[in-house]
Amino acid sequence: MPTDADLASVPPEGTDPEVRPSPDAANAGAGTRPTGLGAPRAGGGQHLPPPGGDDVLLNGWGRTAPTRARRHVPLSADEVGAIVDAADRRGVIARGLGRSYGDAAQNAGGLVIDTDALSGVLDSDLDPTRGRGSISVAAGTSLDELMHWLVPRGWFVPVTPGTRFVTVGGAIAADIHGKNHHAEGSFCEHVTSMTLRTGDGETRILTPSGSPEEFWATAGGLGLTGVVLDATFDLIPLETAFLTVDAERAADLDDLMARMVDGDERYRYSVAWIDCLATGRSLGRGVLTRGDHAKLSDLPFQRRPQARSFKPASLFSVPGTAPPGLVNPLTVRAFNEVWFRKAPRRRRGHIESIPWFFHPLDGILDWNRLYGPRGFLQYQFVVPTAAGETVRHVIEKLSRAGTASFLGVIKRFRPGNPGPLSFPTEGWTLALDIPIGRPGLGPLLDDLDDLVVEAGGRIYLAKDSRLRPELMAAMYPRLDDWREVRSKLDPAGVFRSDLSRRLGL
Amino acid sequence: MNDALGSVQSALVIGGSSDIGVATARALAGRGCRRIVLAGRDPDAMRARLPSIHDAGAAETDVVPFDALDTDSHESFVEDVFGRHHDFDVVLVAFGVLGDQAKAESDGAAAVHVAMVNYVGAMSVMVAAAKALRRQGHGVLVVLSSVAGERARRSNFVYGSSKAGIDAFAQGLADSMVGTGARVMVVRPGFVKSKMTEGEEPAPLATTPEAVAEAIVGGLGSGATTVWVPSKMRWVMSALRHLPRPVFRRLPI
Ligand SMILES: Cc1cc2nc3c(=O)[nH]c(=O)nc-3n(C[C@H](O)[C@H](O)[C@H](O)COP(=O)(O)OP(=O)(O)OC[C@H]3O[C@@H](n4cnc5c(N)ncnc54)[C@H](O)[C@@H]3O)c2cc1C
Ligand SMILES: NC(=O)c1ccc[n+]([C@@H]2O[C@H](COP(=O)([O-])OP(=O)(O)OC[C@H]3O[C@@H](n4cnc5c(N)ncnc54)[C@H](OP(=O)(O)O)[C@@H]3O)[C@@H](O)[C@H]2O)c1
Repeated sequence: MPTDADLASVPPEGTDPEVRPSPDAANAGAGTRPTGLGAPRAGGGQHLPPPGGDDVLLNGWGRTAPTRARRHVPLSADEVGAIVDAADRRGVIARGLGRSYGDAAQNAGGLVIDTDALSGVLDSDLDPTRGRGSISVAAGTSLDELMHWLVPRGWFVPVTPGTRFVTVGGAIAADIHGKNHHAEGSFCEHVTSMTLRTGDGETRILTPSGSPEEFWATAGGLGLTGVVLDATFDLIPLETAFLTVDAERAADLDDLMARMVDGDERYRYSVAWIDCLATGRSLGRGVLTRGDHAKLSDLPFQRRPQARSFKPASLFSVPGTAPPGLVNPLTVRAFNEVWFRKAPRRRRGHIESIPWFFHPLDGILDWNRLYGPRGFLQYQFVVPTAAGETVRHVIEKLSRAGTASFLGVIKRFRPGNPGPLSFPTEGWTLALDIPIGRPGLGPLLDDLDDLVVEAGGRIYLAKDSRLRPELMAAMYPRLDDWREVRSKLDPAGVFRSDLSRRLGL
Repeated sequence: MNDALGSVQSALVIGGSSDIGVATARALAGRGCRRIVLAGRDPDAMRARLPSIHDAGAAETDVVPFDALDTDSHESFVEDVFGRHHDFDVVLVAFGVLGDQAKAESDGAAAVHVAMVNYVGAMSVMVAAAKALRRQGHGVLVVLSSVAGERARRSNFVYGSSKAGIDAFAQGLADSMVGTGARVMVVRPGFVKSKMTEGEEPAPLATTPEAVAEAIVGGLGSGATTVWVPSKMRWVMSALRHLPRPVFRRLPI
């Protein structure tokens, strides 16, 4: 265990406080606050009465289906417990930064535990000589805060999604995946321990070996097994805050998939963006980008002294009054065309910053408002490797229906983990943003679901806002195993969300 | 729960034997609404409608007693049905009487009856339903108003005034619900060929219970606050609204 002095000997670079964006102007908690990590507040053992909470309308990142709940912002584990125990039959659910697209982190008419104040590093064990590090943090800590803390010290989170503005609790509850899934799996595969406040009044410490059932029911369990209070997970060592990236353009879907199957193993990170509006021979054309953390020696000399400085910039913010219809097939087609032409046919060893490579959209605050008042949804599924044709059919159907989608993201997953509700399974995953408003969208997506089920695939629940409940068992065949563990942890069923009501979980 | 596209999973139809109510139940069932409860005076009439709602796709259906005139019972009716069936994504207020205009012009009791059902009864149950929806933090309260409430007509102003009353009440209620997660949607059909209008000469732009049902489903999806059926009615009525009284009075409507 390193002492404070050890930590101090690894001076953080560039930890300027930055303002973090709110998930949505209408439902933001404290709104903005500096990312500098304060003293840990979770588990502080204070005995404060739970604050009264406030009534708020909450929605997900897609800004659809808002519902009203009573939100509490507990300051300690004890307060979390008191709120959980106070839940009536409308239940309670935890909420991180509200980056799930649909209704996973909202609870109409019930209680919502906003983990905003449960933030901070509780402990760390960083051993650069052996290249092994792990960290314990309170569950409301965001990956953005963590990166500001870790990167200058030479470490990185084991998995990062396409945005830094997610909490560790949200990362566990959705068992998030990143560009390294094909090589390193999902977030919970790196978690060695977590503390869970359950509905039966207990606070449990879960580990993959000591309590595998409870641990894996919580991984991807969408907050329905309890509130994660803190977690310990392994880190990736890094020498610089940059990546070396190879990019290549693929002419169509077959070409793209072949390149991925062929070369992914050589890279830690791999993802491809595809133009979902391209049809005919160029259907599925895209740009594949793959890379790994850059070594100090990869950087030009003048950059080396500031090699681990982590200062993501916010470019601009989308105003709250973006007009409807901004995202339509015409604007999207034009955007996609320019974007594809601009991409290099082939480029090797390009140096890119962490924010640029992992979180390009985080530079635009509140970009979800671009989709106008009716919002949007993200459709993400995974199908087995052999069902690559399903990916083609989905793209074909969407492009034929003229459904505007900026870029689709395609990636390969390695086999999944024991979590019954954990999304990743071996195969191809495709994710696309779709604006709401076009008539017939519901039936179209229902058709796509059927294709996905037929191929033995599933939808990512953290992104879902419209799946039919009757498909759940086919998509998640171990649903009943999960239900069994959950009813053991939460016999009275106090953990509820709009998603759990909608999908009958 | 309603989903991102406005599809709903559960509905309570108050006035459960109404042709428009049943058509709406069927349309919702066809789009994934699995739990539908009909409430009304005549259990047998409602039960007779259940098979068609089942066939349309609703897995779970029920019938419960409700009388618009028994306003004292409305609060406990709503509490019971929400207690027994949990959430409702949609509550549709579909009962109503046309009344006998000629009779109501000379018989006060006949006029009062129309007002008691269409206005007082609807207002009373909407107060209770709005409370339940507010508490559950989501859901849509849909009420069948009528173009007849838009401007009182010589030929049916008793009915029209009752609809004007409930329409005004519903608009105010809608404003009061902003921020609660629940909302109100007012539906204003023109002439609908249903039990209510049986034997009457269809007016221009006459429509069907199924068309009203489709419009309601559409309004749930788009988040509309007011739905006209057919949608042209909106423009017709906004023209009629501005006609001088002497002209309006002589129109054959
Ligand atoms: C731009 C963008 C890109 C994304 N890219 C990816 C990606 O590449 N890969 C990926 O996997 N996901 C991705 N996501 C989805 C996102 O990672 C997940 O939805 C994540 O769960 C969001 O975390 P959050 O803190 O905002 O949680 P919320 O959205 O607030 O909550 C999500 C779920 O976690 C539960 N939860 C939150 N905190 C706790 C807690 N302390 N204890 C128990 N349960 C809790 C909630 O109840 C809810 O069920 C992306 C989202 C956006 C907006
Ligand atoms: N038809 C049209 O042209 C038209 C146009 C615009 C608006 N609307 C409105 O749409 C709604 C539905 O009408 P509809 O066309 O479907 O006619 P409908 O089939 O006659 O339905 C009306 C229903 O109201 C019920 N009802 C009457 N008095 C009641 C009471 N005291 N308590 C409980 N229920 C009572 C009746 O049920 P019982 O079986 O118990 O009698 C009947 O099923 C009404 O509000 C109507 O005013 C209709």
